Amino acid sequence: MEELHLEYYLVASAIMFFAGVYGFITRRNLLAILISIELILNSVDINFALFNRFLFPGQLEGFFFTLFAIGVSACETAVAIAIIINIYRNIRNIQVKNLEQLKD
Amino acid sequence: MDYSNFIYLKEELSLIAVIVILLLYDIFGSKKSLNYFQPAACLLFAAHILFTCCPAGQTLAIFGNIPPADQANAAASVYPTFSGMYNLFPLGSIIKTILSVGTLIVLLQARDWLEEEQTRVRRGEFYMITLFTLLGMYFMISAGNFLLFYIGLELASVPMATLVAFDKHRNHSAEAGAKYILTAVFASGLLLYGISLLYGTTGTLYFTDIPAAINGSPLQIMAFILFFAGMGFKLSLVPFHQWTPDVYQGAPTPVTAYLSVISKGAAAFALVTILCKVFGNITEHWQPILFWITIATITVANLFALRQQNLKRFLAYSSISQAGYIMLGVISASATGVTSLLYYILVYIFSNLAVFGVITIIERRSGKETIDDYNGLYTTNPRLSLVMMIALFSLAGIPPLAGFFSKFFVFAAAVEQGYYWLVFIALLNTVISLYYYLRLVRAMFINKNENPVAAIRSDNYTRLGLLACSAGILLLGILSIVHGEIYRHAVGW
Repeated sequence: MEELHLEYYLVASAIMFFAGVYGFITRRNLLAILISIELILNSVDINFALFNRFLFPGQLEGFFFTLFAIGVSACETAVAIAIIINIYRNIRNIQVKNLEQLKD
Repeated sequence: MDYSNFIYLKEELSLIAVIVILLLYDIFGSKKSLNYFQPAACLLFAAHILFTCCPAGQTLAIFGNIPPADQANAAASVYPTFSGMYNLFPLGSIIKTILSVGTLIVLLQARDWLEEEQTRVRRGEFYMITLFTLLGMYFMISAGNFLLFYIGLELASVPMATLVAFDKHRNHSAEAGAKYILTAVFASGLLLYGISLLYGTTGTLYFTDIPAAINGSPLQIMAFILFFAGMGFKLSLVPFHQWTPDVYQGAPTPVTAYLSVISKGAAAFALVTILCKVFGNITEHWQPILFWITIATITVANLFALRQQNLKRFLAYSSISQAGYIMLGVISASATGVTSLLYYILVYIFSNLAVFGVITIIERRSGKETIDDYNGLYTTNPRLSLVMMIALFSLAGIPPLAGFFSKFFVFAAAVEQGYYWLVFIALLNTVISLYYYLRLVRAMFINKNENPVAAIRSDNYTRLGLLACSAGILLLGILSIVHGEIYRHAVGW
């Protein structure tokens, strides 16, 4: 069986990254925006593990970075969801169009 | 394992000790003893500043154990520890002290707000979360590896979101919190993708090893742009500034003050460190980017600031344009540039915190926060108006206040590198900014008002904070030793 090359994984992670950026800009629901951001963070994790496995097999820096990035992104998600729940308690809604009290 | 490395982490360990003591006090203190929580927290933090303010070199002289391997680096006075993960260098210690002094002033000014009924039970949390973000900035400044840098950055920005959303029953605060956390996480996602590309092309994450592998290949430029976009969000540079006015307006005012000076200063210093140490080889690629971003930041923010009525939004745009001036120090990327950057941050902390101190107290006592509400403030609150006037003059850069000298040094550093057009445009913008800063001064001193804000008695903590700010604004420009001392440590940087 032929082994997959680096490029296949890189393309997958790049697609994930830009899908995340696109979702961040176009989505109109706070949770959907958060999910889009998670896509970006996961594509980064793939990148690090990938470069480490294929290009620099002798070291572990990339894998460690992946572990830390996963942990930190979990914290970020927890805080973001807590704030979103707080918004839901206040206005019973998490659509972006209802968050318009602060504007020029 | 060799534990002597931990001596180098003196500043961080001392701050962690302060946080742990406050945490235990908050949990186990009796209801009566908690009345003294705020003075205790401020005193403890002041003691921390005194303990850490002597520069790094002196600490090492006391302990006297510079490893032989680092003797070569001793000339550049950078002491890498934990195999280069963490760097101890005098400039880092100086900026940490500056940021800590600013945080102390914010803590003093926040006291009045924290005595409110709804926040009273949670006031301990405010101190701990604020100090945790400061700890994150400490690590971000001293990091010698992208992993530690990233963790410091997140430690500085994730608790900050909880601070922004601290008034959880106020709709504005929650909305601002959501906007802040989503943009912050998005920014760190961009930044991380940039770091991952950098890792892919260089094979290391250590700042000291990366420059050897940097050759300006397109992928590395892409990595730099993503990294810079991420930092641009944190520093709120145009075109990454959209979140700033909303978050500044919605957040509780002391938090806005903290957000606008301390976290901005830390991010700017970390940015210049990385630009010089990591991307120092491809200066010709990133200087044009910074050039245009700086011009856009100063100009766009100034034009938007002209039409603001809400004072906090107005200050948000003003702080964006100030970030543009800070970028003038970053783009120079020389010893003079870094010195002027540090000095600018120091002066900016005092000036902006004075403005925010006055706004906080007036908003708390009268609930007014638009520029028209300040009409005739001088007739009822002469001292507050006077402090505000000095601070606004300093922000606009009028001699002999400190703001003039900080702007002068930043411009001088940029001219030294040959950025004549940049300095010219920045100077034009100074004139525009003079107009909107003076609009506020005019409202306070000249405009007539039937019923101005009633006379306010501020509490002693706020008075102390405002006094410190005014002293800083008046004296820093005249005492040339401050700038000279910073420059002495910056030589050979």
